[in-house]
Amino acid sequence: MRLHFSLLLLVMAGLVVAFAPLPVPAVAPQERTFEVDARQYAYSPSELKVNAGDTVTIKLVSTDVVHGLYVDGYDISVEADPGQSARLTFVADKPGSFRFRCNVTCGAMHPFMIGKITVGTNDWLYRSIGLASLAVIGFFPLSSFLNQSKKKDERNIAS
Amino acid sequence: MNRIELTRIPFIKNTLKSRYPQLAVFIVMLVGYIFAILAGLIGTPVGSHNFSIVFVWIAWWAILILVAVPFFGRGWCAVCPIPLPGEWLQRGAILAPPDKRPKWLNLRVPKMFRNIWMQNISFLLLALFSSALLTTPNITGIVLAAMLFVAIGLSAIFERRAFCRYLCPVGGFIGLYSQTAPIELRIKDKQVCVKCVGKPCYNGSDAGYGCPWDVFPGGMTKNTYCGLCMECIRTCPHDNIAVNLRPFSADLAKPTARLDEAFKAFIMFGAAMIYAGVLLGPWGTLKDAAYNVGTGAWFMYAVIFLAIIFIVLPGLFTLGIMTTKGRQSLKQRFMSLSTALIPLGLMFWVAFSLSFVLTNASYILAALSDPLALGWNLFGTANAAWQPMLTTILAPAQTLALVVGLVWSARTAQKVNEAGTSTIPVIVYCFVATSIMLWLLL
Ligand code: SF4
Ligand code: SF4
Ligand code: SF4
Ligand SMILES: [Cu+2]
Repeated sequence: MRLHFSLLLLVMAGLVVAFAPLPVPAVAPQERTFEVDARQYAYSPSELKVNAGDTVTIKLVSTDVVHGLYVDGYDISVEADPGQSARLTFVADKPGSFRFRCNVTCGAMHPFMIGKITVGTNDWLYRSIGLASLAVIGFFPLSSFLNQSKKKDERNIAS
Repeated sequence: MNRIELTRIPFIKNTLKSRYPQLAVFIVMLVGYIFAILAGLIGTPVGSHNFSIVFVWIAWWAILILVAVPFFGRGWCAVCPIPLPGEWLQRGAILAPPDKRPKWLNLRVPKMFRNIWMQNISFLLLALFSSALLTTPNITGIVLAAMLFVAIGLSAIFERRAFCRYLCPVGGFIGLYSQTAPIELRIKDKQVCVKCVGKPCYNGSDAGYGCPWDVFPGGMTKNTYCGLCMECIRTCPHDNIAVNLRPFSADLAKPTARLDEAFKAFIMFGAAMIYAGVLLGPWGTLKDAAYNVGTGAWFMYAVIFLAIIFIVLPGLFTLGIMTTKGRQSLKQRFMSLSTALIPLGLMFWVAFSLSFVLTNASYILAALSDPLALGWNLFGTANAAWQPMLTTILAPAQTLALVVGLVWSARTAQKVNEAGTSTIPVIVYCFVATSIMLWLLL
């Protein structure tokens, strides 16, 4: 009974950590423009930070072969020919951290040509670390409980 | 004890005991393997459209690390084509009953090599070249062919499957993580083995070959070195071999007691973290260093890679366990507590592979239709556009895998720890590593 109760408590705490809405600091949306250079096999800058609600323009400049830029989670992309540039404009309305990656086969390491855009704060990372902490904190009482009941079982079997 | 014997089911038993179903799978695998070698060598140099890269490093890897190893342990080794040509040559037969005259040198592997250090080294070598290997069809083709030929060579010189047991870079980590699987092959009754004359499971008989993996089934306590080849089911005259369903990670209740195996756990644990950072991170300099094999930057990368695996990770681990006192020597505690890294290490690989596989799975469709990039369109999917799959569940799935791995490792730490000492340092170590992995992946 006690075990069920503490398990329930743990699961509830886990749900809170995973899904509870966090206060979003109200920042007035801005227009932001980034010039991102693409070469085999890296972007520079490769880490972009914006606030939720910002209108983001990425000017992709390809310095060697054709490269693309696809934003995970937003499912949008742009391509730039060698020596040329191309623009991608979108409203960053989904908070979190997303990989952006090349979507035009550009050579061997192409599948790993990756950058990262963070919209607001990377909440899921902090929530995940919170979940891991919770798992460890909950683990000790639960495992000692399991160990005790196991010993009891063994004694019951022995007697 | 909470085991379900699968071989009680006549269909399963007969399928495993007969050589024909296995041979049929072997032939398909071998044809696929040779095709992958050819595609790597003569197909398009564009990795993401080459059958060898797409099938080996995306499709096979996904199945291996997400399904085969966690649920079937060494299940892959049961159908792996790599050792077959050598084994057939060594036996002088594919299906015919064994004949006792050795065909080739049939030497015993020297004692100093009868451990998994060579496997640790072969894995690290591939790992250091992996950015080039994973992305260049030629190199993949050459490495696949080399494995086949080295396996043939070793079969001609040594007895049994020396390649699998002591050298295969893949076999090493499958063996490590197979301990977590809910499947095992074990004897049913120890007493039957004690009284058994001639031990045909190890020495062979008219019914089949002695254990190709040089294991005596009667003494087996963990999955690590049993390749699930099913010979002992065929040879045991007393029907004393069972394939069981069992609780996950049952083998990990027995702590590791060998340094080569302990380091294997660190190698795999560290390699998963390094790959997550280098391949999936946003740092171009790291990728350049890893890819440009032979340059100064690559040597730096190699040195850092090895230092993380052999110095930083085991060093911090040792410092951690030194804070608690135990009766056993430090070395003993290091080895047995390293067992705790096995479940979390497996989950590191699962989380890393989920990202890599889901973003690149759409290449499989295209490569299936046009495996050599010759403009074929066998299934009408040759021009399927690249599209990452299941992007919304990726991050939650990675978190879930890592948190499950963390708890699983904490539980393992408690099981292998000597009575009366604290497991807190090991659990803290695992927690910190998990947090780093989360930071790298999310
Ligand atoms: S050890 Fe390696 S070569 Fe041998 S069966 Fe397993 S994967 Fe194949
Ligand atoms: S042949 Fe069967 S009974 Fe004999 S030792 Fe091997 S497993 Fe045991
Ligand atoms: S003969 Fe039996 S013990 Fe040996 S590898 Fe094959 S299945 Fe495992
Ligand atoms: Cu590209």
